[in-house]
Amino acid sequence: MTEKFDINNTFDPDKENQAPKISKEVATKLPTAAKGVDHYLRRTDTDPKAARRAELQVATLFGASSFFTLVFLVSFVAIPREKKIAVSLIGVTGAQNLVLGVSFGFAILLIGIGAIHWAKKLMSDVEIVQERKEIKPADDVQQEALAAFRVGAEESGIGQRKLIRRSLLGALALFPLPFVVMLRDLGPAPKGELRKTAWEEDLHIVTDITYQKIRPEDIPVGNLISAMPENIMEIQEEEQNLNERGKSAILLVRMRPEEIKSQQGPDWDYQGIVAYSKICTHVGCPIALYEQRTHHLLCPCHQSTFDLADSGQPIFGPAARRLPQLAITVDEEGYLIARQGFQEPVGPSFWERGA
Amino acid sequence: MSNTTTSKKTPAAYNYVDSRVGFSAALKRNLRKVFPDHWSFMLGEIALYSFIILLLTGTFLTLWYKPSMTEVIYNGSYIPLKGIPMSEAYSSTLEISFDVRGGMLLRQIHHWAALFFIAAMVVHLLRVFFTGAYRKPREFNWLLGIALLTLGLLAGFSGYSLPDDLLSGIGLKIASGIIQAIPVIGTWALYFLFGGEFPGTEIIPRLYSIHILLIPGAILALVTAHLLLVWTQKHTQYPGPGRTEKNVVGYPLLPVYTAKAGGFFFIVFGVTTLLGALVAINPIWLYGPFTPDQVTAGSQPDWYIGFLEGSLRVMPAIEFNIFNTWTFSPNILIPALVLPGLMFVLMGAYPFIESWITGDKREHNLLDRPRNAPTRTALGTMSLTFYILLWIGGGNDIIATTFSLSINSITYFMRVALIALPPLVFIATKRICLGLQRKDLEMLLHGKETGRILRLPDGGFVEVHEPVSEAELPKLLARETYPVWELPQKVDANGIKTPHYHRQMMKAKLSAWWTKGDLPIPTIKEIQSGQHHAHAALEQAHEFGVEPGKEEIVTSTNH
Repeated sequence: MTEKFDINNTFDPDKENQAPKISKEVATKLPTAAKGVDHYLRRTDTDPKAARRAELQVATLFGASSFFTLVFLVSFVAIPREKKIAVSLIGVTGAQNLVLGVSFGFAILLIGIGAIHWAKKLMSDVEIVQERKEIKPADDVQQEALAAFRVGAEESGIGQRKLIRRSLLGALALFPLPFVVMLRDLGPAPKGELRKTAWEEDLHIVTDITYQKIRPEDIPVGNLISAMPENIMEIQEEEQNLNERGKSAILLVRMRPEEIKSQQGPDWDYQGIVAYSKICTHVGCPIALYEQRTHHLLCPCHQSTFDLADSGQPIFGPAARRLPQLAITVDEEGYLIARQGFQEPVGPSFWERGA
Repeated sequence: MSNTTTSKKTPAAYNYVDSRVGFSAALKRNLRKVFPDHWSFMLGEIALYSFIILLLTGTFLTLWYKPSMTEVIYNGSYIPLKGIPMSEAYSSTLEISFDVRGGMLLRQIHHWAALFFIAAMVVHLLRVFFTGAYRKPREFNWLLGIALLTLGLLAGFSGYSLPDDLLSGIGLKIASGIIQAIPVIGTWALYFLFGGEFPGTEIIPRLYSIHILLIPGAILALVTAHLLLVWTQKHTQYPGPGRTEKNVVGYPLLPVYTAKAGGFFFIVFGVTTLLGALVAINPIWLYGPFTPDQVTAGSQPDWYIGFLEGSLRVMPAIEFNIFNTWTFSPNILIPALVLPGLMFVLMGAYPFIESWITGDKREHNLLDRPRNAPTRTALGTMSLTFYILLWIGGGNDIIATTFSLSINSITYFMRVALIALPPLVFIATKRICLGLQRKDLEMLLHGKETGRILRLPDGGFVEVHEPVSEAELPKLLARETYPVWELPQKVDANGIKTPHYHRQMMKAKLSAWWTKGDLPIPTIKEIQSGQHHAHAALEQAHEFGVEPGKEEIVTSTNH
């Protein structure tokens, strides 16, 4: 009734009430029975000249690919490594890299274009219909497979011999443990290092590149400089890593004393110079963008913003805690020093951090 | 074998191998295996080929790269960094870039291929989703795909970090900040991964073995399984003439598919190579070596990490102190761990949720047109909107500086948009799908509009419709509706409670929501009559003039 469906058939009112709702399966079957898959002849199928032309085109593409491979090989030895050329849109670039890349790129690309051109113009373009087999095997095959499994299991006796089964399961459960245990030495146990920095009483504040001691008059109002404790290089030498750098980095900012709205401790500034941890309290990026006029400090990673005139409080973005402040003063020679270490852990939160 | 082949002599080499391997039966079965042709089926291919390119170029890079954080003084040919202390990892990356001929090219191809690899996987995933290709029997392959995407992201991130330049180091710093925020075990996890505090000296070697061994090995295994399943289940196809749930229509493996798919590998490789040659990517020599106290403004991760960057940026600052002893940081945990976890779990579970709601347990080999599954399509565009908004949020600083906008306003806008926009997109998509369905229905019931207007003798105007062509018809007919799940009685006539009543009730509600607004499927009778009318009307038009008495037929095309 619905197997043969020709849209050109005239509508027969007698069949009106027999026509069921069509499901997608039936509907998509219908046109097959009527027409099957259409196929149109290409120019290259009918005209030998066109076919010959296509053949030449494909061969030219493959030939050009070989040419570009040769260009690559030649330029590998012929172009000096340090030669630079200026190319429009790209700018000044290494000549060798450019020629090697372009020639290699075309050598590869032209093989692809040639192959697809060949497939489209000259290979048979008749679509083939293949039947699908149901993925689920027939019931009897399933039964046989399960039966084979049961026979095997029975012959092993794993079902009856509980002692063997349980001892085997126990052994299998335990034997990976050495692998897990060996992972223990991936890292040392935390000993509160995340709470500590190198800063302590009377430590000089030095610049972070030239490691020079800093006098208050070196910092004009509105300026911001990155600084480190004076012993940072010694620590780095001793520990052979950059861990301390990632914690002890501070920022010094000078503002007019009357601009300071609040600080984390009484007179922790020195003549309007305040020192704050440079490490963001969100996930720990070093902060560097300072807006002089508002005293806002912006973290370039996730845009947490801190107000350095107001105890380093977070005023925008995902950071929830203020930047820890370092109390500073000057020594008898007039160099900036820390009055004490940081009074709270610097950097991002961690579980044991607490208040 | 047929008579024609027995008469030909078996080549000696073939015979030599076949009598040791015995592959003739497999070749006979598979050499002419049919693959359907459609541009959207190439997306998965791009991912596969990019992976091959990554293996090739990556192997070359390992010949020169040194995964070590030992400090060295750079003395290579890149003048601006001469004499500067840096890690061996960064210095060897500079060496690859400036002292190995073609090394810069390899690095850039590798990076471009990585971007394409993940992009192709994402677009392939979208194609599979919006066409319903994940339905039975392909649910496992959907899960394999999700696993591959996850591994791809990890591969990308671990590789991005290896040069140990300032930008990649910032990425690692962020990762370390996220790890140490994990409740209870965070600090330990950080110490185990980094071998102590950040940055330590262990992370680069460890990421290296993860990047070149563990992840590619896992990807290779899963890709193999993914392809084996495609092979045995045969590819899905779009509805079209002669295509059914039970067959597959397309080109044979040899020669057409081999030429096209093989050729396409070379095209992907060629384009990636040209990009590597012409478009600079990740110029690590400009960023300088990593040091944990420096940062560059406008730092951006590779595109596929952008959504996480966005979620971190957009999240409000919520953090708790528990008894003044522990710190709990939803401002980090929700955007960086909970959200992506939820996204991937929901994606993985989706095929099973949909089939539970629709009750559809049949095998599907014909793809859905997105309009024919409006609720699914709407869920897809809704999720995509959410993802894209996060991604835009990850570039809020770039947007702010490019368009001179306030970064704060962009972030506030994103917070609202992430909640408000996806539902709006859901509603709009569903309406558009139903509208397109109506248009299809109109074509089935009244024929196609031709744009030709006939003037009738009585002065009225009608537009001539023509019948839908044989080629278009299967597409228009390929729509089905699902029955709404009936709400069960809480207690039946005998006073027995329905088991799992609440689950059933939820299913009934979801099923009603799923099918809401579905158009009825036309009967064959209706379609025949519609197409017949259109056909008759067309004939009328050909006659250029309307005879009295047949006028009624012409008019009736204009129901």
